Amino acid sequence: MAYVREERGWARLILITVSFLFVALMLILPLAQVLSKAFEHGIKPFWEAVSDEYSVKAARLSALTAILAVLLNTFFGIAAAWAITRFAFRGKGFLITIIDIPFAVSPVIAGLVFVMTFGRLGWAYPFLQEHDLKIIFATPGLVLATIFVTLPFVAREIIPVLAARGTDEEEAAVLMGAGLWRTFWKVTLPHIRWALLYGIILCSARAMGEFGAVSVVSGHLRGKTNTLPLHIEILFREYHTLQSFSVATILVIVAILILIARHVVERVGRKEAEYYVR
Amino acid sequence: MYVELSGINKSFGSFQAARDVSFVLAEGTLGALLGPSGSGKTTILRMIAGLESPDAGDIRVGGVRVNDVRPSQRGVGFVFQNYALFRYMTVFDNIAFGLRSQKAPKAKIQERVGELLALVNMEGLEKRYPGQLSGGQRQRVAFARALAPSPRLLLLDEPFAAIDAKVRRDLRSWLRGMIDRLRITSIFVTHDQAEAIEVADQIIITNGGRVEQTGTPLELYREPATPFVARFVGDSQVLEGYGRLVGFGGAPPDGQCAIRPEFISVCPPGEPVQYENSAEEAEVVSLAFRGSSLEVGLRVKEFALTAGYSLESGPLSVGDKVKILIFRVYAFQGEKVKLVNNDRLASLGNGYNFAI
Repeated sequence: MAYVREERGWARLILITVSFLFVALMLILPLAQVLSKAFEHGIKPFWEAVSDEYSVKAARLSALTAILAVLLNTFFGIAAAWAITRFAFRGKGFLITIIDIPFAVSPVIAGLVFVMTFGRLGWAYPFLQEHDLKIIFATPGLVLATIFVTLPFVAREIIPVLAARGTDEEEAAVLMGAGLWRTFWKVTLPHIRWALLYGIILCSARAMGEFGAVSVVSGHLRGKTNTLPLHIEILFREYHTLQSFSVATILVIVAILILIARHVVERVGRKEAEYYVR
Repeated sequence: MYVELSGINKSFGSFQAARDVSFVLAEGTLGALLGPSGSGKTTILRMIAGLESPDAGDIRVGGVRVNDVRPSQRGVGFVFQNYALFRYMTVFDNIAFGLRSQKAPKAKIQERVGELLALVNMEGLEKRYPGQLSGGQRQRVAFARALAPSPRLLLLDEPFAAIDAKVRRDLRSWLRGMIDRLRITSIFVTHDQAEAIEVADQIIITNGGRVEQTGTPLELYREPATPFVARFVGDSQVLEGYGRLVGFGGAPPDGQCAIRPEFISVCPPGEPVQYENSAEEAEVVSLAFRGSSLEVGLRVKEFALTAGYSLESGPLSVGDKVKILIFRVYAFQGEKVKLVNNDRLASLGNGYNFAI
């Protein structure tokens, strides 16, 4: 990037300064505000807010939803990426496009879609009633909504890796008598493991923080269908500012952990790629 | 016949990769599928391996129809174009993969892999990963991996394409020697006619999904059956209206032919010319050093020709007017090819009067 170095000094300085200022103003300052507000009166009120019965329940529900959504999307992501890169079939382009829908569509709509399907007005409602199943305003609805918004993450990360690599290693494995399972574990997975992990991390981050879609299907039943983001919002609306910011701290910490994990995965993955793939 | 293809057809959508392909290959011989890219040669190889299935026709290996036999049960070893070594496995694990898939006992795997490492001269490198090997070493690992489960047929897809020219020659003779030693029936795909001629016992020339001609390298070189083969094999140039050349007056006015450099003899300037009245006037337009000889670009009437010239003959420079003799050409007659001799040099015989 020789020409960047030759760029005149002040342009370089301004661009760097603007970038840092912008990030500080838009990201770091507000996040720091959350932390400082949470610990305004020391550790005790913070701890009380965080260990409150409803906060713990919300955290548990968030974790459960995220884990289920990530598991299912990982399974789906691998299957879809495999199908898209390994087989020729009608409707492939359509499948690729449709996987991206959650990126384009507002999460509120994602929530509404499920309400319209499984809710009181939905076509599946009579069936659910008959079998005493509850989806909307219950945990399954939260999981469904979360799956919807996080659907592309895993597939999107693996597809380019698989596409770039071609199919001949798998063909070689099959010719040598390896079954599908052995081929996947021994040949395919080692190639995609870092991309997969990266996708799972991104997917988890999004699943933990999802607000819009979840808000629509939740019904906000405290201790029952409130995830962390919803719980934070309710606390805030009820003027429990301190509690709200304290609970928000949990999400901030989770986010920071995820960022660190992401960074590590990226580095290790790149190093490994340099080592094996030449 | 050991490998037998009859009436094979295969299409991918509207693209027809194989049209009524039939050929046979005897046991223990090395066959080459030779053709330009897109001629269907790799598809044919993949169908023999079972990686693609033909739309019609039969594939037999060792007398048994294998169309419906699973790839892993066909007893076929396959060397992929870029070797397709498992990048996340060591050399040892790569070679052992097929044996492990067959659930061979550990001791046997150890023994067989050791044997193969010795065979391909890779002892001591079994803990390396493919990324740490040179191109030639990778090819040898791919070869060992394909041979590990003791296949009865070895298929190689452009085995030398990924290797730089310098090593390629050595590898060619290495592979030929190896196949001779193991006596394993093998087929390889190549677009390089020199490679096929040098290495193969039997060449199958493909073009546009069809088999143009099969035969030994010498047969194909000496008696090309179709204009395509005449053009593709040897350093052939195609001339139109060759009847205007001295000695070929009998040709139709727009007659096409293929001519090879060895059909042309350039008389060193200033030296007496044999067969003076059969000679053609030519101008030297280019000279290129080709190691053991010179390649001479010539202008003869409206034709541009290329001929060889011994370094031991007299001096030659661009712009020289020289006499040349054209002994013979491959005349195209519809879909057939006929060897036509210079009618003023009839006493010289029919060309390629040698036996190997």
